[in-house]
Amino acid sequence: MEGNYYPLIKWILLPPLAGAALNLFARRRLRAAGAAAACLAALVSFGFSALALSDLLNLPPENRLLRDTLFNWFSAGGFSADAAFRFDPLSAAMALIVSGVGFLIHLYSAAYMKDDPGYGRYFSYLNLFLFFMLALVLADNPLVMFAGWEGVGLASYLLIGFWYADPEKAAAGKKAFITNRVGDAGLLGGLMLMSALLAAQGAPALDFSSLAANAHLLAGHTVLGMAAPTLICLLLFWGAAGKSAQFPLHVWLPDAMAGPTPVSALIHAATMVTAGVYLLARLSFLFAMAPRALEVVLLAGAFTAFAAAIAASVQKDIKKVLAYSTISQLGYMFMAAGAGAFSASVFHLATHSFFKALLFLGAGSLIHALGGEQDLFKMGGLAKKLPVTFALMCAGWLAVAGFPGLSGFYSKDLILEGVLEHGGAAALAAGLLTAALTAFYTTRLISLAFLRPGPAGGKPAHEAPVLMLAPMAVLALLSLGGGLLLKDSLPAFLGAGAHAGAAWLPWTSALACACGIGAGILFTAPKPANFLKNTLAPLHALAAAGFRADGLYAALLIRPLRRLAGAVAHYADAWLIDGLLVGGTGRLACGAGRLLASAQNGRLDIYALIFAAGAALLVYLVI
Amino acid sequence: MELLTNPLSLMILLPAAAGLALLALPERFAGAAAPLGAAAAFASLCVAARLWLGFDPAVTAMQFGLDRPWLPYFGITYSLGIDGLSLALIILAALLTAAGALASFGQIKESRPAFYGCLLLTEAALAGVFAARDLFVFYLFWEAMLVPMYFLVGVWGGERRVHAAVKFFVYTVAGSALMLAAMLWLAAARHAAAGAWSFRITDLCGAAGPAQGALFAAFALAFAVKVPLIPLHTWLPDAHAEAPTAGSVLLAGLLLKTGVYGFIRIGVPLFPQAAAAAAPWLAGAGAAGVIYASLAAWRQRDIKRLIAYSSIAHLGLVVVGIMSFDLTAVSGAALQMFNHGVSTGALFLLAGLLHERRHTRLIEDYGGLAASVPAFAAVFLVTALSSIGLPGLNGFVGEALVLFGSFRVYPWAAAAALSGVVLSAVYMLGLYQQVFFGPLRRTENRVIADLRPREWACLLPLLALMFYVGLKPGALLRRLEPAAASYIESARPGALPPAAPKEGK
Repeated sequence: MEGNYYPLIKWILLPPLAGAALNLFARRRLRAAGAAAACLAALVSFGFSALALSDLLNLPPENRLLRDTLFNWFSAGGFSADAAFRFDPLSAAMALIVSGVGFLIHLYSAAYMKDDPGYGRYFSYLNLFLFFMLALVLADNPLVMFAGWEGVGLASYLLIGFWYADPEKAAAGKKAFITNRVGDAGLLGGLMLMSALLAAQGAPALDFSSLAANAHLLAGHTVLGMAAPTLICLLLFWGAAGKSAQFPLHVWLPDAMAGPTPVSALIHAATMVTAGVYLLARLSFLFAMAPRALEVVLLAGAFTAFAAAIAASVQKDIKKVLAYSTISQLGYMFMAAGAGAFSASVFHLATHSFFKALLFLGAGSLIHALGGEQDLFKMGGLAKKLPVTFALMCAGWLAVAGFPGLSGFYSKDLILEGVLEHGGAAALAAGLLTAALTAFYTTRLISLAFLRPGPAGGKPAHEAPVLMLAPMAVLALLSLGGGLLLKDSLPAFLGAGAHAGAAWLPWTSALACACGIGAGILFTAPKPANFLKNTLAPLHALAAAGFRADGLYAALLIRPLRRLAGAVAHYADAWLIDGLLVGGTGRLACGAGRLLASAQNGRLDIYALIFAAGAALLVYLVI
Repeated sequence: MELLTNPLSLMILLPAAAGLALLALPERFAGAAAPLGAAAAFASLCVAARLWLGFDPAVTAMQFGLDRPWLPYFGITYSLGIDGLSLALIILAALLTAAGALASFGQIKESRPAFYGCLLLTEAALAGVFAARDLFVFYLFWEAMLVPMYFLVGVWGGERRVHAAVKFFVYTVAGSALMLAAMLWLAAARHAAAGAWSFRITDLCGAAGPAQGALFAAFALAFAVKVPLIPLHTWLPDAHAEAPTAGSVLLAGLLLKTGVYGFIRIGVPLFPQAAAAAAPWLAGAGAAGVIYASLAAWRQRDIKRLIAYSSIAHLGLVVVGIMSFDLTAVSGAALQMFNHGVSTGALFLLAGLLHERRHTRLIEDYGGLAASVPAFAAVFLVTALSSIGLPGLNGFVGEALVLFGSFRVYPWAAAAALSGVVLSAVYMLGLYQQVFFGPLRRTENRVIADLRPREWACLLPLLALMFYVGLKPGALLRRLEPAAASYIESARPGALPPAAPKEGK
């Protein structure tokens, strides 16, 4: 087997699993210890990931693959899946992000969730999430990856509906899980097709290295009038779109904000939603064979990035702004993948996990300080009341807006370079416009919450405790300096060749950023804001409602399906099959019985009559 | 004595004798019926464990063979023997009977001796069906399961129990009547050809001749009613919903499997050409059943009816698997038969515990239970997730093997069955949300008791199996795969009858 045996990988995975079990059974008196154990578990995972990274870096670049097969998970009839894990540059980058950002958010949560009665349950779920997410990024074959994939979906379901007594929150969790499963069906379908085609050519092995080696066997096949790799990649993309909230499967993410804010930061911004981007990068060798599928990825990404940025620009709820912003930034990553710049997409994934987690944690700090208030228009003037939070959030703001020199600038630039090279002018324009819009809506958020004068007699606000601010400070440093630090090393580590981009591109994107920030400051002043809102009222309402995607799905998909299900349950099943066919047969038998029974009514004269008639008939027939 | 020393035979005779004894239990000992019944169920479970330990996965022939002439004139022999599939199903029967017996302590108040008697007789008949190697003996056990089950549903069931019991009985007997006729025809054909009577399944292979199509249809109808394949399924929701908890558990966990088992052991090996011709249609019916039953499950208002429809969907997938004759898919289907018994058995146990506490099966009467009974909610969640095939739990392994395997043969049926991945989440999480999430609206729901030790005792083994099979299904798959391989071998037209059994293991 290719790669180096490396037993340490399982120790990246096991601590969060142990932490989850510990917290599930921890008594309430031990809740602080449980939280400490959960944080420690995340830290240990991070430590082992870093250790594994240093071992990986000691290897020559062409041999950077560490593997650990724990046991054979299941196998039957030539189909086999091992519980096997790998640590290569892509997995390393993901594992470090997941466990590192995860650790910071665990720390933050310990303070944020302090007064919640479900403290132990919360940390149990959070550790469980970390375990599944690490399994997802470390998996050595698509089936183990799928296990992690579904597992993070479960953790997300449990955490979105964490305050399950509220039916809306519980419904949001269910919506997320089911929408994800719609994507998962596509993912499974793609894997089934790939496995069937490969098995038919005597290459049933499913680990990623074998897949990469055997992918060329798929090339000659045509399925449903499409080249097989194209169809497989489209199905896989469908799965990725479900997990990463890309159009048309994006509808669950805005609702997912029903979960506690640190959960939104960890799962619905920094890590889980990037699993789709990871999937594309992991299977980039397949997508490289399917240029048509890449076009679809590029288009979907560009469209999602642009439309979600518009929706983010008009949201009132601070978390909804960030949710749509996440969708938009994920669209950016898909654009990069669609242009074949997979390392750029992972680079943006990394920087995005820093600044978006920071913004979410900052939003949590605001919400915490204001006693649960999430409406931006009821905030304002908080720069003085919450100076530390303000300063930290500014770092996140400028980073996501693409301020030159900060992390978002470099990763966005790399993506735009890729799009310029392979994506065409329209996609590049969408990317630049989205960059301007991103700067606009984040500026709007900062301006509304911190800079604009607050409502008269605003609520008293208190600064968050150190345990919450410290993780934010670390993320702020990464948001500021992470781009500069990683801009050459990460793509090189991931195996992308260095190349010089167009010199005018950074200037253009800096210009977009400046325009966006200027517009953001201008249009949060009451007068221009109202003017804009009134002239563009229909568009404003449409964008504020997320382009009515929910209503559209309800009308076109969910209600008809419900009606179909009702027709199946009540008409087809109860009335037609059970009532008419089964019941009818029963009644027919009963009726026939009654008819025959009435023949035996004990009246001899009628018996005699029938006998005579029968005899006459017989005689007639014989003669 | 061999009847008692052979553990396989004991697996049938012990619960049968205990069941008959309980039926004859004098009135003044009625109080001891429940513990006695549970003790007998546990004794049977020990015998089943003995079978598991003594079973050699490396041997492909039937094991624990027993062959005693019974009605020699007609060539009928009391002939038993099991392969890995029979073994898994017998273990499941013993396990679910024990869990059902334990769970019924608080639920059955009237005529307890008769109840536990019927329960044990059902177990004996099930073990007989899975162990029989003589078609006549198979048929006897097949019909014998109906009688105690009829009483379980009709006497100790819910409000519409009599209607449900009669429907169940008439429906399944109508199917088996055809099977009886076909069986006698087949034996007569064998007699005409070979000059001697025999009902051995191995002897009857290839005896069908030109009448294959009609004979297969007769058998297939009887089996399809049991599975059940749509549109022959409507007895099931009624019977499952009205049956007492232990009855629902055995119905869903095992009685349905006898239909699939019938196809594997009888229908396909005896009539390979006809089966091969019908296989795409049966697979299509299975795949259609996945979608149809999932949609119907979505709109049920009764917890037990919802679980019942989910059973139809799961069994539809199993039929897709066995009709694809692909080793991966058939092994997965065999595993899924076991998995479905564990998960759905546990779901019915949990639904029964809810009913015991609140005396209602309507979903709308619940809500917010996660706050009042957290442990119960957690167990229900794990079970629901195992039922919808979450990786790491048992359902996924079987489902994945069936889907990946059958896709090679019937891509369209497998793709259609894939929709079950989405739909199962829709109805199961919908149920979970309505029962356990939301506010505690009703005061009755506030004060219900969480799981008691005895209830933990029924559920923990099933939970452990969900995780064990989900993570390391190798022990089961190693035993199921040879059985699946010999089934596929037997499905080849013109195949030789399976190798002679290994006697007296």
